[in-house]
Amino acid sequence: MILALLLIPVIAAVLSLIVRNDILRRIILIATAISHTAITITAWSVEPGALWNGWLMLDKPGLLFLTITSVLFLACSFYAFGYLAGEAKSKKQVFEEEAFFTNAPEAIFCACIEGFLATMTLVTVSQHFGLLWVAMEATTLASAPLIYFHRHNRSLEATWKYLLICSVGIALALLGNFFMVIAATKPASEGTAIVLNALIGQGHNLNIQWLKAAFLFFLVGYGTKMGLAPLHTWLPDAHSEAPSVISALLSGALLNCAFLGILRCYQVCCAAGEAQFCQGLLVLFGLISISWAAIFILGQADYKRMLAYSSVEHVGIMALGVGIGAGATFGAMLHAVNHSIAKAMLFMTAGNIIAIYKTKTTKDVRGILSVAPITGVLWIAGFLAISGIPPFGIFVSEFTIAKAMIEQGRIGIAVAFLGILAVVFVGMSAAFLNMAQGPKNNDLQVKDRPAKAFTILPPIALGAMALMLGLYIPPVVNDLLHSVASAIGGY
Amino acid sequence: MSNTADIIMIFLVLTNLTLLGLSRLGACIRIVALQGVALGFLPLILNDWDMEVHLVLFSIVIISLKGIVFPWMLNRTLRELATQREIEPFIGYGISIIAGTIALVMCMWLSSRLPFPEPLMSPLIVPVAFFTIMSGLFLIISRKKALTQVLGYLVLENGIYAFGVALVRQQPMLVELGILLDIFVAVFVMGIAMFHINREFDHIDTDQLSRLRS
Repeated sequence: MILALLLIPVIAAVLSLIVRNDILRRIILIATAISHTAITITAWSVEPGALWNGWLMLDKPGLLFLTITSVLFLACSFYAFGYLAGEAKSKKQVFEEEAFFTNAPEAIFCACIEGFLATMTLVTVSQHFGLLWVAMEATTLASAPLIYFHRHNRSLEATWKYLLICSVGIALALLGNFFMVIAATKPASEGTAIVLNALIGQGHNLNIQWLKAAFLFFLVGYGTKMGLAPLHTWLPDAHSEAPSVISALLSGALLNCAFLGILRCYQVCCAAGEAQFCQGLLVLFGLISISWAAIFILGQADYKRMLAYSSVEHVGIMALGVGIGAGATFGAMLHAVNHSIAKAMLFMTAGNIIAIYKTKTTKDVRGILSVAPITGVLWIAGFLAISGIPPFGIFVSEFTIAKAMIEQGRIGIAVAFLGILAVVFVGMSAAFLNMAQGPKNNDLQVKDRPAKAFTILPPIALGAMALMLGLYIPPVVNDLLHSVASAIGGY
Repeated sequence: MSNTADIIMIFLVLTNLTLLGLSRLGACIRIVALQGVALGFLPLILNDWDMEVHLVLFSIVIISLKGIVFPWMLNRTLRELATQREIEPFIGYGISIIAGTIALVMCMWLSSRLPFPEPLMSPLIVPVAFFTIMSGLFLIISRKKALTQVLGYLVLENGIYAFGVALVRQQPMLVELGILLDIFVAVFVMGIAMFHINREFDHIDTDQLSRLRS
């Protein structure tokens, strides 16, 4: 089953490079996504067997993050179908500059996005830390060409920063891997292999100093990829310059996968009794990320960059939640789900807005509600969902995290957390509401384009999911989230 | 045996310092290649020239990747470029070498304080590995050309590799090959990106990649 999850996207990627017909290639993309999601859903009821001495295994945290990735990919594949059909083959103008560009070949786009899915799947099923590292670096390499899909100098700049910053960050995580091996080595005996379960079993025999050093390097290395401030510098550029469907995948799926990498090391630290050390660091990085993002959201002139900074804010909330521990761990896991859904929906809607208005500048977009009513409603709904307004899911997860803080008597952190959330809300509401309301901008040529089912339905579906998770969390999902939380030291 | 390892470590220190003071890109590529070849012998040396099949295979893969494939790919990119030199780096060559020397001393001090679970083959390995990592990071942040940044990434990777070979005995073959494959593809993709940067901007000065802000 795990093998199928890994091989289907790889085969699809190879096929995409061979097939010459555009339509057929897009159908392969959708078929891959559907079969991947189908197998993932089966894995909820039938636990897939372990492979290669337990190196590949789908445990509860892996299953949660695999499901997020798979469902988002399904939505993105439908969106991509509409998006690719709408992309002109001829030269187009860069919005911000007087320059023209073409797109990368569609075959490369399809192959890379499928390869991206395969590598992210490998991240979620890897139990061996070395293999996890290999998969994590591979996600960077598979997604870099996707950011450079629109071939102009801005996206190239974003791609270069992404490649270099993430590769260096992940190289530091490799050093963390070696530290972990040393932590597991005992004098004059065979050391433990750095497989998650073996390390957790050996918990108290691990060398604490080296383990702490390993966690630091994991946090900095994978934290770069996850977008924790101040290591996030690649993120706003890559998210704003990539095609919107790719931004949705990067933000909703990739950041979570990187978070999983940190959580794996955190699990080992918990087993070794060093949870407190890690929690302090996670809270610190979480608070820095949230505040940093809030500063940049205020007065942000580009709405895709605003969404990117909002991702920095939300990964900060996840790190903060795990750092607070206890009940907040459940909140952080629920937040990962909610954020992925809401952010993917927003990026897809942003893509639709760009298709209509041909600009990424916030102040040039006015009156979406009158120009394209469905997109306008989605934009407002997405804004409410992402800023944690009830009845959307993010309200529940943020509330759970804040509640745990107050229960632990960490009032200072709770006040800072809620205060920054309020600032972000104000900053985002000004931009979002101005874009949605008001008269149509006359000097801007707005093309009245009929809404296409392929680019409208995925964000609607995701929006419905975001709403549902706020009103009612299905018992199976609730159980999974709780067992994930207990696997990473909370409840 | 420990002698040979020490010689390689001293060679690493010297190549790192040379890289910090060198402006010609072609020469930099050759030095990083030499460093890679020297490191390729490290697993064999540390195991007393024990000719186990997987060790020998691994050494061959390392030497051919780091000594032949990477320099070839980077040289190909270099030929396309308008310039052959690193001009006006953020931090000058003289200061770079002085900073490198200070970093070397600090690495020596740091690793003398680290507790290792088992005795090391050569006392030089850990400080030199850390120094190589530092040099790589320094090259990445202090130089402007995209090519030098890729070389810095390779040097950083060489340092991590040296650390891994010295301390991690039972790293499975599959993972090692996976790591190498990733680095190979990384250099490959970075090479393509550099090619595009050169075509789009007519230079590879990363300090001028500054349109995306705030």
